[in-house]
Amino acid sequence: MFKRPFDALCALMLLMSSALAADKPKELVVGITTFLSGPASVFGVPGKNAADLLIADLNAKGGILGVPLRPIFIDEGAGINQLMSEYRRVVLNEKADVMLASISSASCLALTPIAEDLKVPNILWDCSTPRIFEDNDYKYSVRTQAHSGAEMLAAALYLIRNKPHFKTIAGVNQDYAAGRDQWGLFLVALKALKPDVEVVAELFPKFGAPDYSTEITRLQALRPDVIVNTSWGGDLDTFVQQAAARGVMTQSTFVFPLGESSLERLGNAMPPGVIIGGRGDHYFLHPKYAQQPAFRAFVTRYREKTNAYPIYPVLHMAQAFAALEDAYEKAAQTNNVPWPSSEQLMAAFRGLKFRGLTSEVTIREDNQGLEDQLIGTTIRVPEYDFAILDRISIYPAKLVTTPVGERSADWLSKIKPEIASDPSIETFTAGK
Amino acid sequence: MISIQTVLLAALDGLSYGAQVFMVAVGLSLIFGVLRIVNVAHGSFYAIGAYVAASFGLFIAAAGWSPWLTYPAMALSACLVGIVVGGTLEVALLRRIYGKEQVLQLLVTFAVFMILEDMQKAVWGVRPYFIDAPLGLLGTVNILGINYSIYQLVVVPLFAVVMLVSLRYVLRHTRLGRIVTAVTDDREAAAAMGVDATRVYLLTFMIGASIAAFGGALASGATSLVPGMGAGMTILSFAVAATAGLGRIEGAAVAALMIGLGRSLAVYMAPEFDVLVPYLIMFLVLLFKPQGLFSVQQTRKV
Repeated sequence: MFKRPFDALCALMLLMSSALAADKPKELVVGITTFLSGPASVFGVPGKNAADLLIADLNAKGGILGVPLRPIFIDEGAGINQLMSEYRRVVLNEKADVMLASISSASCLALTPIAEDLKVPNILWDCSTPRIFEDNDYKYSVRTQAHSGAEMLAAALYLIRNKPHFKTIAGVNQDYAAGRDQWGLFLVALKALKPDVEVVAELFPKFGAPDYSTEITRLQALRPDVIVNTSWGGDLDTFVQQAAARGVMTQSTFVFPLGESSLERLGNAMPPGVIIGGRGDHYFLHPKYAQQPAFRAFVTRYREKTNAYPIYPVLHMAQAFAALEDAYEKAAQTNNVPWPSSEQLMAAFRGLKFRGLTSEVTIREDNQGLEDQLIGTTIRVPEYDFAILDRISIYPAKLVTTPVGERSADWLSKIKPEIASDPSIETFTAGK
Repeated sequence: MISIQTVLLAALDGLSYGAQVFMVAVGLSLIFGVLRIVNVAHGSFYAIGAYVAASFGLFIAAAGWSPWLTYPAMALSACLVGIVVGGTLEVALLRRIYGKEQVLQLLVTFAVFMILEDMQKAVWGVRPYFIDAPLGLLGTVNILGINYSIYQLVVVPLFAVVMLVSLRYVLRHTRLGRIVTAVTDDREAAAAMGVDATRVYLLTFMIGASIAAFGGALASGATSLVPGMGAGMTILSFAVAATAGLGRIEGAAVAALMIGLGRSLAVYMAPEFDVLVPYLIMFLVLLFKPQGLFSVQQTRKV
């Protein structure tokens, strides 16, 4: 049957590898890196809470392919070096089958090469830097959500569609890699859409700054038509609070591309008329799903557990687990094995279509997820003691995501203004 | 480019921030001056003071009491944190490491800092807190066409000035102040004269901690409280204390003002250098005066 011993050996190895793949483990160990300390734990802890809830749900119905899940959480707040060694430890010593990493783009940039090295499937569940798949070709990493190229473009498109007559703009962004990258991408897109826009100030306050007096004074003096701030968490809350107290929030049109995560906390401090993004189509009052039983049930249960409405990291976590479950099932089916190998799992991710709690996400051939973007404008209604979103536009992923093989900064500079009114953009107005 | 108006506006902007930094740095400086211990956990008093004040503020709002009560609540929470947390720390831990190697002191207080960070998360969670009563109550004042909040422009700096003047007065003109100064100069000699040095240490530590906590309480009126806020303040207050010369109270005020003003000017002229300014000032000062701006010649004790 075999002409040469080498062929026989290959066949034997093939058989053995599929036999290895066929062995169902007792449990599926999932390592999850998330911020449990530091300022970014405003995202990390909701992410962990969501993971706990989702894993309990999965295990209640028998796990994935009948294998129950066991999470191991790693704190991203301990610093990159610590994170890298913990990541290795969880894969090598705790025998994690899959890793979910991370919130911070810096963490993702550090961990993706390690995942490649350890040959462990790695799901980028929340980080936003476009550099991951634009600068590299990774086999073991996959992103189950969009990147900041798509997020910033959607915000810029919403701005020029809803406030077409502005002339001047200022940026106030946190002084760290993501803050600078996001502002850079936003500006490239905006200049392509509106070449005559005048940038009057680019401010980079310290990450975690407790005081924005000077920035606010400058904004009052310059009176830009539009002010963009990609901050999040305590930084955004502090900025809005101090700007609102000095009457600046009503002086210009504000754009907060990550503002969805601060709406509930800011309560009365957030005025109406502010443009808010949800890093994907994430919003607890999503116009398409808010009335759907499954979505409503999740929001209610999450609120019961944490006493807060779910914010985008929660929905990102739901996407990561939905993708994981579907990819395992697809891989088992395609290869006709009870339990797929890591390589079979990674192959299954490519082209996978899955749904977390909001719209369907597709994984592209470069392992980048295609995720729709939701942008809206704040409005006050009596039912909630914080601002909610009105005039919500949903930008389809295909329209706003950098194509395969292009770099976001280059592609955004070639954007045509017409796409701001593309018919594929859906717009909703709050019914109430 | 740099006009009188810019400098004036920058000075007004830097005031509130400088005042907050001063409160934390002066506590650190006072503790070092007397106890000769570099307390890395000092920023935690700032953070805990802020959280306690915010909790009081939220409680007052929920109970429907007058929002003006948030001001006395700030002072109350500062004293509470200084006496309870500061006092416990001094009695239980620091007392054992006076006079030990500085590396050991740094490690012990750093461990305390980490424990207190986690304790804050256990008690208050990770959700940013803020109380808007203090900022909203006093409204704004218009200077040169710019709206300033009275809380940040007047209240916070005013408290800092009151703190500076009272500290100076107490240390220079009261019996207690003289005892503290005596212990600072020579603990053994003071003890031989009948001064209870252990009590002076405890008292100084509680006062230093209270001042930092008060800085935090004032900050809670205008800033969102997040996990890790103590770390940033610890680093900055070290920069201020080092620029001023450790143990120098007036120096801390000048250095904090310089940093507040420097940061504001940077935002006007070179926003890129915003983050760098405090350390640039420290670097320049220490280059020419390695013991700090207000250092005095010290005789070396054998």
